[in-house]
Amino acid sequence: MSVTHYLVLAAILFTIGAVGVLVRRNAIVVFMCIELMLNSVNLTLVTFARATGTIDGQIMAFFVMVVAAAEVVVGLAIIMSIYRTRRSASVDDANLLKY
Amino acid sequence: MTDVAIGTGEAVVFWILGPVALAGALGMVFSRNAVHSALWLVTTMLSLGVFYVVQSAPFLGAVQIIVYTGAIMILFLFVLMLVGRDSSDSVVETLRGQRVAATVLGVGFAGLVGAGIARATRDTGIEGLGDAGGTGNIETIAGVLFTRYLLAFEVTSALLITAAVGAMVLAHIEREPGSRQTQKELSRARFLTDRPQTLPGPGVFARANSVATGALLPDGRTAEDSLATGIEPREVEQMPRPTGRAQLGSPDAALGTTDEPR
Repeated sequence: MSVTHYLVLAAILFTIGAVGVLVRRNAIVVFMCIELMLNSVNLTLVTFARATGTIDGQIMAFFVMVVAAAEVVVGLAIIMSIYRTRRSASVDDANLLKY
Repeated sequence: MTDVAIGTGEAVVFWILGPVALAGALGMVFSRNAVHSALWLVTTMLSLGVFYVVQSAPFLGAVQIIVYTGAIMILFLFVLMLVGRDSSDSVVETLRGQRVAATVLGVGFAGLVGAGIARATRDTGIEGLGDAGGTGNIETIAGVLFTRYLLAFEVTSALLITAAVGAMVLAHIEREPGSRQTQKELSRARFLTDRPQTLPGPGVFARANSVATGALLPDGRTAEDSLATGIEPREVEQMPRPTGRAQLGSPDAALGTTDEPR
C-alpha cells in the first residue's frame, strides 16, 4: 500500500470519465463524466500534496473545485437553453454548425 | 526523507472504498437513466471525500461532500428534472463502431497511464503533512491561500460573479411586452369554446381519492374529463352497485320498506 494505489485509482477513474464523455449521448451525463475527471485529478493532487509534504496540492484541488462549480453553473445553463430551443438534451441534436 | 508509513486502517479504507468508487464510476457510465447516473456519481464523490480525509486533507474532504455532493449534484438533479428525466439516452450510434473504439481506447489509456504511474512512483515515499494535515489543516490552508495565492483567490471571485451572471443571462427568457394573454382575453377565449364551465374533479372513493382516479358518471361510467392529463388513470375497486329498476325492483323494495315478504 503506497501512494501508487491512489494514483492508479485516480488514473482509472479519469479514464472511465473520458470513455463516458465519448460514449454517452445525453449532454447532462457527459457533463457528469467531466465532473468525474475533475474529481480524479483532485485525488491525484491531494495524494501528491501528502507525498511531498507540501500544502500547495490541496490549495490547487481547492481551486479546481471552485472552477468546477462555476463551470457546472454555466454549462447547465447552456444545456437548459439548448433544450429550450431544440427540445432535446442529446449532443447529437446540436448539429446546426455542421452544415 | 522522513517516510510516513501507511497504516492498516488506511489500507482497509482504501480497499473497501476504492472498489466502491470504481463501481460508482462504471455505474454512472453504463446506466441508461440519467438520474441513476447522478446517484452513482454521488457514490463515487462520497468515496473520494473519505479518501481526502484519510489522506490528511480533512478540509477538502468536507468541501468535497458539501460542495460536490451537496450543491453540484443537486444542481444536476434540478436540471435533470427540468429537462425531463425520461429523456433517456439514445442507443443509436451516430458514428459506427464509436463505442467499441472508445472502450478500446479507454482500456489502452488506463493500461498505459496506470502502468506508467505505477512504475514512476514505485519508490515514492510519503513525507506526510504532519500537523498541517491534521488539526492545523484549515489554518495552514488559510495561511497559504491568503498570502501566496491571494491574487488567484481574488480572481476566483471575478470568476464566480461571471458564472452567476452568465447563468442568469443564459437561463433568462425575454418576453415581448403584450405577448402574454391578459385575463380578459383568456376568459373570452374560454367562453367561445363549447365548454365554458370547469372540468369535473377527480373521483373520491373509500379506497382512493387521488387525482389519478376518475369521477363516475350517474350511469357508472368514468367521466373522461375528470382524468388528469399526464397521469396514468388508476382503477379503483368498487362494490358492484345495483342500478336501474330491473335490479332494484320497486322503490319500496329498494328501500326495504315493503311489507310483502319476498
